[in-house]
Amino acid sequence: MEENIERNNNEYEIIVIGAGHAGCEAGLIASRMGKKTAMFCTDIESVAMMPCNPSIGGTGKGHLVREIDALGGEMGVNTDKTLIQSKMLNTSKGPAVHSLRVQSDKRCYHEEMLKTVKNQDNLDVIVSEVVDLLIEESNVEKDIENEEKTISRKKVIGIKTADGRKFHSKEVIICTGTFLGGKIFIGDEVTLSGPAGMKPANEFGENLKKMGFDVRRFKTGTPARMLSDTIDYSKMKEQKGDENIVPFSFLNEDKNFDIEQISCWLSYTNETTHKIILENIEKSAMYSGNIVGVGARYCPSIEDKVSRFKDRKRHQLFVEPEGRDTKWSYIQGMSSSLPLDIQHQFYASIPGLEHAEIIRPAYAIEYDCIDPTTLKPSLESKLFEGLFCAGQFNGSSGYEEAAAQGLIAGINAVRKLNKETPLILGRDQAYIGVLIDDLVTKGTNEPYRMMTSRSEYRLLLRQDNADRRLTELGYKYGSVNNDRYDRYQKKKKRVDKEIERLKRVKIDLKLLKRFLIKYECENKSNEISKEIIARRRSDIEEMNNQVLADILARPSIKYVDLAEIDNNMPSLSINEQAVVEVMIKYSGYIKKQKTEVEKLHNLERKKLNEKIDYNSIRGLRIEARQKLTKIKPLTIGQASRISGVSPADINVLLVYLEKNRREK
Amino acid sequence: MSETIAAISTAPGEGGIGIVRVSGESSKEIMSRVMDNFPDNVKPRNAYFGKVTDGKEIIDEAIFIYMESPSSYTGEDMLEIQAHGSNVSLKKILRAVLNCGAYGIRIAEPGEFTKIAFLNGKMDLSQAEAVIDIIKAKTDLSLEIAESQIEGRLGNSIRKMRENLLDILAKMAVNIDYPDEDIDQVVNDEFVNQIRWVLLDVDELLDTASIGRIAREGIKIAIVGKPNVGKSSLMNALLGEGRVIVTDIPGTTRDTVEESVSLGGIPIVLIDTAGIRDTDDRVEKKGIEKTEQAIASADMVMLVIDRSSDLEDEDNRIIKFVEKMNGEKILVVLNKSDLGESIDEDTIKKKISGVTVVTTALTEKKSLEAALKVSEAVGKMFGIGNINPSESNIVTNERQIQMLKNASMNLSDAITMLQNGESIEIAELSVHYAYDSLGKIIGEEAGEEILNTVFSKFCLGK
Repeated sequence: MEENIERNNNEYEIIVIGAGHAGCEAGLIASRMGKKTAMFCTDIESVAMMPCNPSIGGTGKGHLVREIDALGGEMGVNTDKTLIQSKMLNTSKGPAVHSLRVQSDKRCYHEEMLKTVKNQDNLDVIVSEVVDLLIEESNVEKDIENEEKTISRKKVIGIKTADGRKFHSKEVIICTGTFLGGKIFIGDEVTLSGPAGMKPANEFGENLKKMGFDVRRFKTGTPARMLSDTIDYSKMKEQKGDENIVPFSFLNEDKNFDIEQISCWLSYTNETTHKIILENIEKSAMYSGNIVGVGARYCPSIEDKVSRFKDRKRHQLFVEPEGRDTKWSYIQGMSSSLPLDIQHQFYASIPGLEHAEIIRPAYAIEYDCIDPTTLKPSLESKLFEGLFCAGQFNGSSGYEEAAAQGLIAGINAVRKLNKETPLILGRDQAYIGVLIDDLVTKGTNEPYRMMTSRSEYRLLLRQDNADRRLTELGYKYGSVNNDRYDRYQKKKKRVDKEIERLKRVKIDLKLLKRFLIKYECENKSNEISKEIIARRRSDIEEMNNQVLADILARPSIKYVDLAEIDNNMPSLSINEQAVVEVMIKYSGYIKKQKTEVEKLHNLERKKLNEKIDYNSIRGLRIEARQKLTKIKPLTIGQASRISGVSPADINVLLVYLEKNRREK
Repeated sequence: MSETIAAISTAPGEGGIGIVRVSGESSKEIMSRVMDNFPDNVKPRNAYFGKVTDGKEIIDEAIFIYMESPSSYTGEDMLEIQAHGSNVSLKKILRAVLNCGAYGIRIAEPGEFTKIAFLNGKMDLSQAEAVIDIIKAKTDLSLEIAESQIEGRLGNSIRKMRENLLDILAKMAVNIDYPDEDIDQVVNDEFVNQIRWVLLDVDELLDTASIGRIAREGIKIAIVGKPNVGKSSLMNALLGEGRVIVTDIPGTTRDTVEESVSLGGIPIVLIDTAGIRDTDDRVEKKGIEKTEQAIASADMVMLVIDRSSDLEDEDNRIIKFVEKMNGEKILVVLNKSDLGESIDEDTIKKKISGVTVVTTALTEKKSLEAALKVSEAVGKMFGIGNINPSESNIVTNERQIQMLKNASMNLSDAITMLQNGESIEIAELSVHYAYDSLGKIIGEEAGEEILNTVFSKFCLGK
């Protein structure tokens, strides 16, 4: 692997530390927005590496990928280039919770992304370990509350590498993932290591602590990798991809994905497996007390599952190929920190894995991350001006969560350089908004993973409409280029026009009756009772003046079904059809959610200055003063989400704001 | 559109006049809904006389004043309903306002009118501190009240309902967020059943709201009957003193007479009315009109009949008059048993379905016995006999009632949606709203609980 040549005497506008999923997005968007950017990594192999599962997307996470794409990020595009299986999850439920997930070819994912970053103008990839930040104490300014007091500002001006070189920049983005203070555990074996056996970055972690960062330890785990051709698939259930591949990127909507998909395989643990694990549980690093880091509840190891859910006779696991031309398979559902000999025993007890060879054992990894409440909603640090943080370093977990933060940190670093307002997405605008708001406002005490349940506005934040929610905004903030914007505009027009048509076109009653009885009664007769069918029939008899939109609003009718009674249906892409369908089907619920959003907006419009001295505000309870001082919320809305700030405190703040406004 | 708030803004207790105040964009719409004779072109800041209705019955007469933003106390659109000062009818008016179906209407928080007034620039700066004090003091007070209830049985039963909803929400969350996991995918029917159980609990609690209201506001009873059947004697017997003039001349009571008494700890307002009969006497005619009003505003009617002689036209006219009411709210007192028994209980029960009948002889000697009989019957009709307020869950607070209604409505919605084959993420919304509403009663808002439950109950993850 060759390196890009370093230019300009080590002077950059933006420096990104780390080249994982957060780092790549940050580096790409910063350079695409015209800034001279350098991206540092300890190993070229770590660029867009997938050290854990070979899949991208899923519920909540798939939504994030769509949003990253809608804002001009790279993850969706790169995933579409390298997928080996695609599946739309949750299709038995409403379109609002459909979620896309693909199996990726890990090697290809890394190589394609590496190509992209290397070919990117304005972006240098530099392989060198960063060990310290360069800080300048500057910009001594007057405190607005108290003229006597002055506040000293600490600003980041660059970084230092392990070989002693200094690189200068206006902004620095930390995306170190699990490399900081990385420690790998397999039974009682402990190795200082980054993910996948790469070199950890220990010195940098120590220096950050010295600088006053609130560094803590999180833990995550990964299952064993096995040699694909030693697995007996005849004992497992095949999991195929969808026949029609739906792309992640809105740019690929018209593209035909004519690829051969590779299957995953389903198997189960059994009582023998559980017995082996329980008998050896004290040998697990998690139980021996060696690991101090906090793990995620949604990502338990197999020892956790077996000991916490003792009544379960089996747990499922998936064998997922790590690529098209590799013999590595990922054993999803079976992460562990038991010693290797025990791993051999329990994996072998599983049907299909009896003779499977372990290429790399399961392990737990512990790493340094920060308390994300020390960040502003723009992802800039409250401690150091010009320092942005993204990804697992902020206490999140997952490729998609990391990429989303990387993109926003990148955009906002550029915006800051340009002296423009940062891009802060609302909870009602994007899962990215929910993700960042949760992290910086509530903090997290375990690796944070996105789930649709975290959003209050699930019906608004769908994967089908990510572009409608964000592309216009991205264009305004400079992250979306003209090509994407033009395509989006055309698509939006097509969708709007079709919705308008469906609301206008009336249907012949006779035709309609036959259609509805077929879809609502005959097709469902084994699901619903006779009385309901009879009632439906009589309802249908009474229908009058129905337009196509009314028909589509009925629960059992899909957009494509309408073709039977609608001769003028335009040809729309699958995504466009989905958008049309949801917007009509759920218009009532969407409206209801929008009134909730309006309440939120009232609170978000009221801005709080970050220099407010909460201790001087009469009427605030002590807990509220402490929390508000720590979090420094930007709006009343954000303040109201801090635990420990009561509605009465918010009322006091509102009155305080108004009082201040009038005094000025 | 923003929310609209409403509250009784005069001090509690009997006063000559009482005001229900509304502020927000729905003010005018509310006026159109609760004012019986809503005029076509309402002019702001003009006083309109009219009747307040909850859509079913007339509650009171009142002056309505509509004020348009920004010329009002709060600076928003406002409506003031100035009615009689009785606590009972003011609460009924407030309830009518809250239940009229106007967009975004809710009960005001402590100090909220003042807060909005300040935020809209309707008060000067020196008042800002005072506003903070109001918010704080009232919040502390309501916190105290709320806390005492949260500790009590009401809090416990709400918590139980929320636990059950949490269970449902967690199952829904798992179904939505983990479609791949080896978890029993719950079908709609199961959710419907589970939601039904909670709905039953919520509705049961809501039912106690009327008992709670009785315990707090009392029962208003109108005593009716043709002249000289012993209405005033009955009232005196109940009051235990001779406050109403009792004569043998029919039509002595020409106005309505209102008295309060406590029967077994329940406050009762008795309204003795003029007898209803065809009359040319102007004074008496006026009395009859008032009787009609009294019946309309009462919680129950005591119809007194002289059983010593057959039913006369006048009796039948009165029976016709009250039979429109729910029979469960009518108590027929067959008086003058000592003078003869021409009418028996069954005749009356056939005439008015669902009534309770007692027989009395309101002579001087037997008046105490009669009073006991009547109050026992009243107690039974309102289910008071079985209730010991200190031990039961009784919802008394208007805000709590609103939140319970909200929860009940959302749970019913969720059931309907699931039955119609709507998918769970849609029904989940309504269950979530119900969960939040119940939470507001005990001051707990949804936070991480759902996810916590998801992870503690289900085995998930890679």
